[in-house]
Amino acid sequence: MALDQNEVLAGLAEIVNEETGIATEKVQLDKSFTDDLDIDSISMMTIVVNAEDKFGVKIPDEEVKNLITVGDAVNFIVNA
Amino acid sequence: MAHPQLNQYQAVKFARIYAIGAARGDLTVTNDDVAGPIDSSDEWIRQRTGIITRRRASASRSLMDMAVEASQEAIKKAGIDPSEIGAVLFSTITHPHQTPSAAALLADKIGANPAPAYDISAACAGYCYGIAQADALVRSGMAKYVLVVGGEKLSDFIDPTDRTISFLLGDGAGAAIVGPSDEPGISPTVWGSDGSHWDAVGMSASLIDFRDGTANWPTLRQEGQTVFRWAVWEMAKVAKQALEVAGVSADDLSALVTHQANIRIIDELAKQLKLPESVVVARDIVYTGNTSAASIPLAMHSLLESGEVKSGGLALQIGFGAGLAFGAQVVVLP
Repeated sequence: MALDQNEVLAGLAEIVNEETGIATEKVQLDKSFTDDLDIDSISMMTIVVNAEDKFGVKIPDEEVKNLITVGDAVNFIVNA
Repeated sequence: MAHPQLNQYQAVKFARIYAIGAARGDLTVTNDDVAGPIDSSDEWIRQRTGIITRRRASASRSLMDMAVEASQEAIKKAGIDPSEIGAVLFSTITHPHQTPSAAALLADKIGANPAPAYDISAACAGYCYGIAQADALVRSGMAKYVLVVGGEKLSDFIDPTDRTISFLLGDGAGAAIVGPSDEPGISPTVWGSDGSHWDAVGMSASLIDFRDGTANWPTLRQEGQTVFRWAVWEMAKVAKQALEVAGVSADDLSALVTHQANIRIIDELAKQLKLPESVVVARDIVYTGNTSAASIPLAMHSLLESGEVKSGGLALQIGFGAGLAFGAQVVVLP
């Protein structure tokens, strides 16, 4: 069963908050991980691994560079 | 006709590390010193790597100079004569000759000639590979004492404009004497490699490319995210396995001494292992930088010298890097 977009966004926001301290309400679909949220490559990988655990999906290393915005990550997880 | 019976090595039951020696680069290189060519800053480097300074060797201080200094300290502290050393293992990726080995020259310089001597190419896992082999050589009876050195002059193989790894790197050598013991001192080693990620850390080009003029002088590079994921989550599994085969738990440890790759790898790995607060986590990287094969013995030496850990305690040591290669074992601190 496909995951719900809003649930994934909320879950991802919690993961981002835990790793970086960024408030969950700032984690929105149109935000860029690097440009808007100032998340570096190592934090991004921690977020990816925690998202894999939380949502039971596999996000390959080569896919991570395509996840520019929060929306990219949510869509990838929903469609995985 | 009866066959003559062969002699074989007479095994000894246990091995341990007798002593550790250390030598670092003579130059203290600050973040400001390396920030310019990568358009960075002291703050950016501290946040992302934990490094405040790294130690590098000047042109007049060679890899061999540092290896000899570290080895002599280990030999002296072990209280053995160098002529008793039955094998010299030198883990390095920066010995600037394809052949002969750095180990043969080191053996001669420290008075261990004619001990068998060879280099180990396992990058940041090299020291743990060396301890694994030394343990086997001693317990099998092939050698009474083995000198294991992890040493690097990485500053010869960096590109100041590279943002992936060069600014992390430092120079140094750590040495250990392994010998027979009445009690177990080195656990079974969990070690291996994953060549499917052969390109994740390594040189920017081959020496053939350089000779043919199709590449610049080869320097170190890495795919940071791939390495980070592997170094934390795959190595957490390896570390847990090492504790299991050693028959101890995280609560039994005095110290976690990981390869000093990046403070965030060290901290995240420690977090994954759920260590009690009593376990000292080595963070020698802060002032030494990432010294590849040298980083574990240098970090352990620092902990022992500062008194943060005591002789007789247990340390989980885990090396991981280019190959990708990894090795982990629990050792009794000398």
